[in-house]
Amino acid sequence: MAMTLTQKILAQKAGLESVEAGRLITARLDLVMGNDITSPVAIKEFEKSGGGGVFDKDKVCLVMDHFTPNKDIKSAQQCKICRDFSRERGLENFFDVGDMGIEHALLPEKGIVGAGDCVIGADSHTCTYGALGAFSTGVGSTDMAYGMREGKAWFKVPAAVKVELVNKPAKNISGKDVILHLIGLIGVDGALYRSLEFVGDGVKYLSMDDRFTVCNMAIEAGAKNGIFAVDAVTRRYLKAHCKKPVVELHADADAEYERAVVIDLAALKPTIAFPHLPSNTRTVDKAGEIKIDQVVIGSCTNGRLGDLAAAAAVLKNRRVKKGVRAIIIPATNKIYSDALKKGFIRTFMDSGCVVSTPTCGPCLGGHMGILAEGERCVATTNRNFVGRMGHTNSEVYLASPYIAASSAVLGYIGEVK
Amino acid sequence: MPIKGTVHKYGDNVDTDVIIPARYLNTTSESELAAHCMEDIDADFVKKVKPGDVIVGGENFGCGSSREHAPLAIKSAGISCVIAASFARIFFRNAINIGLAILESRQAAAETDGGDIVSVDLATGVITNATKNKTYPTPPFPPEIRDIIARGGLLKRPN
Repeated sequence: MAMTLTQKILAQKAGLESVEAGRLITARLDLVMGNDITSPVAIKEFEKSGGGGVFDKDKVCLVMDHFTPNKDIKSAQQCKICRDFSRERGLENFFDVGDMGIEHALLPEKGIVGAGDCVIGADSHTCTYGALGAFSTGVGSTDMAYGMREGKAWFKVPAAVKVELVNKPAKNISGKDVILHLIGLIGVDGALYRSLEFVGDGVKYLSMDDRFTVCNMAIEAGAKNGIFAVDAVTRRYLKAHCKKPVVELHADADAEYERAVVIDLAALKPTIAFPHLPSNTRTVDKAGEIKIDQVVIGSCTNGRLGDLAAAAAVLKNRRVKKGVRAIIIPATNKIYSDALKKGFIRTFMDSGCVVSTPTCGPCLGGHMGILAEGERCVATTNRNFVGRMGHTNSEVYLASPYIAASSAVLGYIGEVK
Repeated sequence: MPIKGTVHKYGDNVDTDVIIPARYLNTTSESELAAHCMEDIDADFVKKVKPGDVIVGGENFGCGSSREHAPLAIKSAGISCVIAASFARIFFRNAINIGLAILESRQAAAETDGGDIVSVDLATGVITNATKNKTYPTPPFPPEIRDIIARGGLLKRPN
């Protein structure tokens, strides 16, 4: 039976010769991840249902990234539950202020996720690791609790949508434009319950950072996971970061896809998702002159070094428009440090931006940049739902770091020529 | 709890941010979560809702963040069942895992209005709209999922 890449990984982890779409399986997990919001709920359920040890101390990972450094007493209490649990259970991969980062930037950087892995995380953007050729999907806290104890999870094997990327992207076109364009095309439920499998001769032009961004937002099309097969770019990244063996799987040539979409990367223009859905996309030339109050460059979607480089290239020798608050959030301590060495942080400070410690913070309306009534923000984050970054009458426009930095300079959504 | 109550009706793509905004995610207390349920889409929801009431949504209900606080808030607010044209997959899993009844019916979602009285027989999967005098069958869950529901949640041990 011909299988997609996702199906091949799931078959292997379920100990089956082959699987087909729709079948319910139980798969072994290589990693169970949670953050400071979802883990406390999971820990509560874990303790209520008997407590005890986790299935593997190396394969349960907790990252304190959403409301850290703790924004209020209640958040501090939630983090304390995670800190105590991690210490008591002897978890190897517990990351807190000082060595933390936004989970989906941190785990690949630390080499905790590898190609061919099967990963669940109690965070919807866990689908990010598909960029490394892993099956990786977001779940809730109860699945996390069950996974922590048993080291396995049940899945319905997904059907797939094939996304063929062709040709070389133009200058200033990034992974963010690719994924926003795709979501605009198929809708926020265009891949509901399905895998998004990215293939084609254009893939080789996408950096790892681009691919992380693309897979990160697979969930915004409703997908169970997004995935790229391992190639030379992945191998190079894994060699530098990950000690695990590289398990390279590929879809069968005659694998079945429910739908195929072709995206010509050479024809893409910078793309922006208008309020209040990621599918509400327009190209920058059709954006109009929308005045903005804030810019956020960061998050699990676009807080990596390549993203900061793109923003710094725009902001070098330019000034943030008076009246605009530009907040830059490197996604991990290492990215922050590398950006310092490369001079990006100097550029940001000189141009009138503020630079924050790594945190998910404003993306979900947590802290570090909440919007007031009527305010507008261009953000490199992943969701622009009603009230996502603050007041229910505020607006979030999703864009690439290049467009976000350009808009900070212009004071309205646009492109610095 | 019997599944019968007044319908609270919403549209497509109800996301978990509006079900329970992130500013309330600094707690796991179910009563605190319930107090802010649906706050950013329907500020009066918690004043109107009565135990047993039913939420009816459109396509892709529960999209976005994986926060299990969303189905927990709905369940703790007294909602006995969520009916939608379709569900986002993480919300679907979470609802089953915590024992919140959910049913998918495009026709019921389209034909039901806010204020209607709806009841659900989970054993047969039949939705009954008493106000409009209509019934809607829904396909049964696979046995593995039925087992989780019967146990009252994924982490509940079989009797």
